[in-house]
Amino acid sequence: MVLFIALPIGSVFIQSLHIEHVAVLKEVKNCGPFGCKLEVQIDVEASAQIKEEQPLGKFNGFGTYKNRNHLATRELALAWTDSPNWGKFLSKTYNLPFYRALAFTLTYTFVVTPLVLLLGFCIALGVNSLPKQFKGPTIFVSLLPMIVTPLIGSLILFWMIDAEGILGSMLQWLFEDPNLSLKASPTLTWIMLIIYGIWHSAPFAFIVFYAGLQTVPTDTIEAAMIDGASRWERTRYVVLPHLVPLIVFISLIQLMDNFRVFEPIVSFSAQASATSLSWIIYNDLAGGEGIFFGSAGATSVLTILGVAVLLIPVLLRTWRDFKGKVV
Amino acid sequence: MSEIIHRRPWPLNTVIWLFVLCWVFIAGFPFLWTMWGSFKVQGDFFSKADWAYAISGVRTQVETGGAFTGDGYFGSWITKSFWVAALNTMIVVISVVVISLTLGTLGGYALARSGKKYAFYLLMLALVFRAMPHITLVSGYLLPFFEWNLWGHLPTAIIVMVAINQPFTLWMLHSFFLNIPKDLDESAMVDGCTRFQAFRRVIVPVMWPGVVTTGLFSFLLAYNDFTVTATLLSQANQTMVPKIASFLGTTQTEGNVMFAVAAVVSATAPLFLLVMVFQRQIVSGLTSGAVKG
Repeated sequence: MVLFIALPIGSVFIQSLHIEHVAVLKEVKNCGPFGCKLEVQIDVEASAQIKEEQPLGKFNGFGTYKNRNHLATRELALAWTDSPNWGKFLSKTYNLPFYRALAFTLTYTFVVTPLVLLLGFCIALGVNSLPKQFKGPTIFVSLLPMIVTPLIGSLILFWMIDAEGILGSMLQWLFEDPNLSLKASPTLTWIMLIIYGIWHSAPFAFIVFYAGLQTVPTDTIEAAMIDGASRWERTRYVVLPHLVPLIVFISLIQLMDNFRVFEPIVSFSAQASATSLSWIIYNDLAGGEGIFFGSAGATSVLTILGVAVLLIPVLLRTWRDFKGKVV
Repeated sequence: MSEIIHRRPWPLNTVIWLFVLCWVFIAGFPFLWTMWGSFKVQGDFFSKADWAYAISGVRTQVETGGAFTGDGYFGSWITKSFWVAALNTMIVVISVVVISLTLGTLGGYALARSGKKYAFYLLMLALVFRAMPHITLVSGYLLPFFEWNLWGHLPTAIIVMVAINQPFTLWMLHSFFLNIPKDLDESAMVDGCTRFQAFRRVIVPVMWPGVVTTGLFSFLLAYNDFTVTATLLSQANQTMVPKIASFLGTTQTEGNVMFAVAAVVSATAPLFLLVMVFQRQIVSGLTSGAVKG
């Protein structure tokens, strides 16, 4: 386990300190029928040799972290001094790839998570009050969006909201705008991705809440009824407090899952208007323009830091709870 | 008493029914629609003229002579050799499940019986690795794999996925073994079994429910994975999910989108069956974490 999990993180960190070699150039005299010319060529042998000696690339320190594609310290400082107000500064920051991805990742995480909780809770309440014979099939259908491969699920939605797909043309008809395309506008793309996120994760919240609802003590509900609590009050003051641990659990899992949002961006081909941290790393590794280990490594380390910031409060809490349990 | 709780005014009842119906529609309809559409031609499924074409299949009638066509399936499975990807997926998924369950049952049993409190650390590890985006781990693996010429082969991807999955598997099986009373294997050992015999003859027969649940989750992880398989496998060894993604890159020509649609439907079908058969285990697995954690 140490081998497979601690080592990669170390390796990522080391890689992030290096950058690719600059190819060694040499001047070659190229003589043809029209006289000789000096040409600059890539010295393949020398480049290969350097690569052999230092497979990681040139040592770059924290340079990769600071360049324009990552933390962009210089650009930030420049934007800070140049911008007359916060709005300008933010819009300048937004143009830097790393911050753009961060902005989307954070927005996605913090919009999807609460909505998933809410929707999941409503569905759980609804399904819980259905007659018994309908519960099984409903749960079956509800599970589907979650179980299906994220890439495939988002593709299915993507085809439906395509301008020529069913939802896309429905929307065009609704807004009476034949040119409406969800893919063209960044805002709509964000909304689309967020809707996909909710669709994908709501079943999880639903299942957990539904299981929780089965354990709500009937005695307490009866007591509340005798005391004259209305239906709403019973839900609000008896059922909800009973489910608080589950809410913590679900939001923890959801925060983690949403922070690494990645597949929907690939299948919605939304990278023009929305990128996430995971997507940047993927693009560095498999984007087609060569592989940038250093860059990918730097983003990875930054992402891991982000996860740590998100998780530390939760971990501390769990640790306290656990200690309490043992003692 | 439950009678009184379940009696509610009819407007509320209607609202609940409508809401649940709405949700079922939202959750289920996309799949139904795509499955239906996969038997049509592109002119119908992505209809420029009228979305209702997708239902009646007007273009499909014109182009193929029937209301349904298997062209998409034929194109993706045979012409674009999707069957290779399906085979690769099967190899990867089965190996991941078998390996991680073997290690997980032995390890989980040992941890559960060793008497020390590992649960917390296991849980922490499982949590941390669930939180870590897989791609960050993959970017760490990639360079060494290139250096050692391990990149692109199925076993490499299998090992990586087992590694990513293992903390979770261990934790789940560990807590499951804790629920099997210790007396069971102790009494077997009193009757003269060695530790391993006790495990094999007494514990193995009763451990299947937990193993099935854990296996399901390993299966889902391996089956649904895109990051690891897309970055660690070469073109020839691709599994289904990256294969579908690569369809998209090349399928802008007329008719080929339907290959991707057909491939998507084929890849979803096993999951449908899985949910149908193992619904109870999936639900219990999802909730056990919540109840205990």
